[in-house]
Amino acid sequence: MTALLQVSDLTKTFGSGEAETRVLRGLSLTLAAGEMAALLGPSGSGKSTLLTILGTLMKPTSGRYTMLGQDLVAADDRALTEFRNRHIGFVFQFHNLLPDFTALENVVFPTAVREGRETAQARARGRDLLVRMGLEARVNFPSSNLSGGQKQRVAVARALMNRPELVLADEPTGNLDRDSAMQVMDLIAEINRDEGTTFLISTHDEKIAGLCCRQIVVGEGVVTG
Amino acid sequence: MLYGLKIATRYLTASKAQTALLVLGVAVGVFIFVFMSALIGGLAEFILSRTVGDISHITIEADDPDPPLLIHRDGHVLAAIERGRTRTATLSDAATYLPLIETVPGVVAVSPQIGGAGFLARGAQVAQVSVTGLEPGRESAILNLRGYIVEGSERLGSGIVVLGETLADDLSLKLGQTLRLQSSIGASAVLTVGGIYSTGNGMIDASSVYVSLPTARTLFALPQGVTRIEIKLSDLNAADATALRIAALTGLDAVPWTDGAEQLMEALNAQAQTGYFLKTFALITIVIGVASALLLSTYRRRPEIGIMRAMGAGRGFVIFVFVTQGALVGLLGGLSGAALGYLALLPFPSRDAFEPGTLPMDITQGSYGLAITLTVIGAILASILPARSAARVDPVTAIGQ
Repeated sequence: MTALLQVSDLTKTFGSGEAETRVLRGLSLTLAAGEMAALLGPSGSGKSTLLTILGTLMKPTSGRYTMLGQDLVAADDRALTEFRNRHIGFVFQFHNLLPDFTALENVVFPTAVREGRETAQARARGRDLLVRMGLEARVNFPSSNLSGGQKQRVAVARALMNRPELVLADEPTGNLDRDSAMQVMDLIAEINRDEGTTFLISTHDEKIAGLCCRQIVVGEGVVTG
Repeated sequence: MLYGLKIATRYLTASKAQTALLVLGVAVGVFIFVFMSALIGGLAEFILSRTVGDISHITIEADDPDPPLLIHRDGHVLAAIERGRTRTATLSDAATYLPLIETVPGVVAVSPQIGGAGFLARGAQVAQVSVTGLEPGRESAILNLRGYIVEGSERLGSGIVVLGETLADDLSLKLGQTLRLQSSIGASAVLTVGGIYSTGNGMIDASSVYVSLPTARTLFALPQGVTRIEIKLSDLNAADATALRIAALTGLDAVPWTDGAEQLMEALNAQAQTGYFLKTFALITIVIGVASALLLSTYRRRPEIGIMRAMGAGRGFVIFVFVTQGALVGLLGGLSGAALGYLALLPFPSRDAFEPGTLPMDITQGSYGLAITLTVIGAILASILPARSAARVDPVTAIGQ
């Protein structure tokens, strides 16, 4: 399998002086295209920081990060924003939908913001994704009226909208009941299998991690297993 | 940017009550702007019409030559004639210039006149008067004699005099009675009172009399020419430029009404300055209102801004969304405020029908377009700070909130 992304000797330090906290301490990791990996580790181990850096929302203090052959440490904000829009999808623990928009409008957002308008093509793909998530009856529902599980499925659909190579999921089932959590994970596994999208899922749940092909354990700011 | 417009519109319509209050606040500011513009403009119009509406906007008088001197052959002045109080110079070629002046853009009336001093005698009573000879048919070209007539008619003909009410009272004169008018050069004529006017200006009503141009020629021994040409314009603010144009066209000394009216102009300027201050304060209120409302919105929507940034929205997009909100609020508030202002001004009498006791509002001077344009620009400027603040939101921190 070809490598989708590589990070090496990644460090991230917050604060300075006595308040300095080193969250990542020379972490190295390679993710292959089409992998579905779980990111495990205790709270404060650096999982969320690593996901944030991989998602280009934050820069490391030092180290290298390349994805699809691009150096994402040296890139400026504009380039990172465009890269993120095209190649990376996010699923957050608290779904984070835009509350004043419908389910469909939330899903098509990543494409519409890139193209400057909601095209018919984008709306059709958004609708297909929502149908695939089992939300055909909720397409035009205001997102604030959806249940927690429905919102998380909308968030997964949104993450897939631009057909990204990588989807980063930070505790995507952490706020859901067992049934909803399994529904979401089944969808993720199905998409990984059918479309070859790479998933990196941060979780505390051993059962959720067990659904992934690979488990990456982070501790003390480095990969320990 | 169509999508940014959609997001901005959605944000505004999502909190309808808040947006309505914001638009209302802007509309009130624009309403004040429009109302003040109409009031200040109407007041200036009113003052001008009352002060210079009945006077000549441009006056052409012949150059009064210096009085002759008797000079000794060695250069000493032996005798000098003191300049008289009345102008004696004449525009002998006036008839040639009149058609030319009438074609100048903005000129609505041209009145050739012969002016001089004289004495009005009725029995033993005598009054010193200012005599003006007007062309029959053009009696109301400059001073609206027809409008001020209280008895008789303003029509001037052979042997007819029109005089002020105060003068008529002083000399116990009634319509149709006769009197003797003697000019400053000693010529006299017996005239019949054809009309009595009342302008409300004590000076004019007590000492000005009007006769026909042929009668004035006889009285002042001017078989041809006139002593001055008075010109009325459609826009009295154009007097300076039009005077220059007439002077260039005829070579005559055309003097606009603004020469010698410095105090009036200063008063009007001061009034206009007051208006600018009030309108500026109204605009500042709008800018502060929009900026504070959008700053609050930025703070409230930080998590959403974070999500948008994470999904690939650039800083420029976020700025556009918030600036567009400001522009839309400015546009809606501007249109509503201008419409409210227009409706509020409708009950006021038009500028041609100002009545004592009413505010001289001029609905045509509401500066509606300017008010809307400045409001939109102000609202856009006001939204730049919140928009920049929104664009600086750190998505990681915002999403974690």
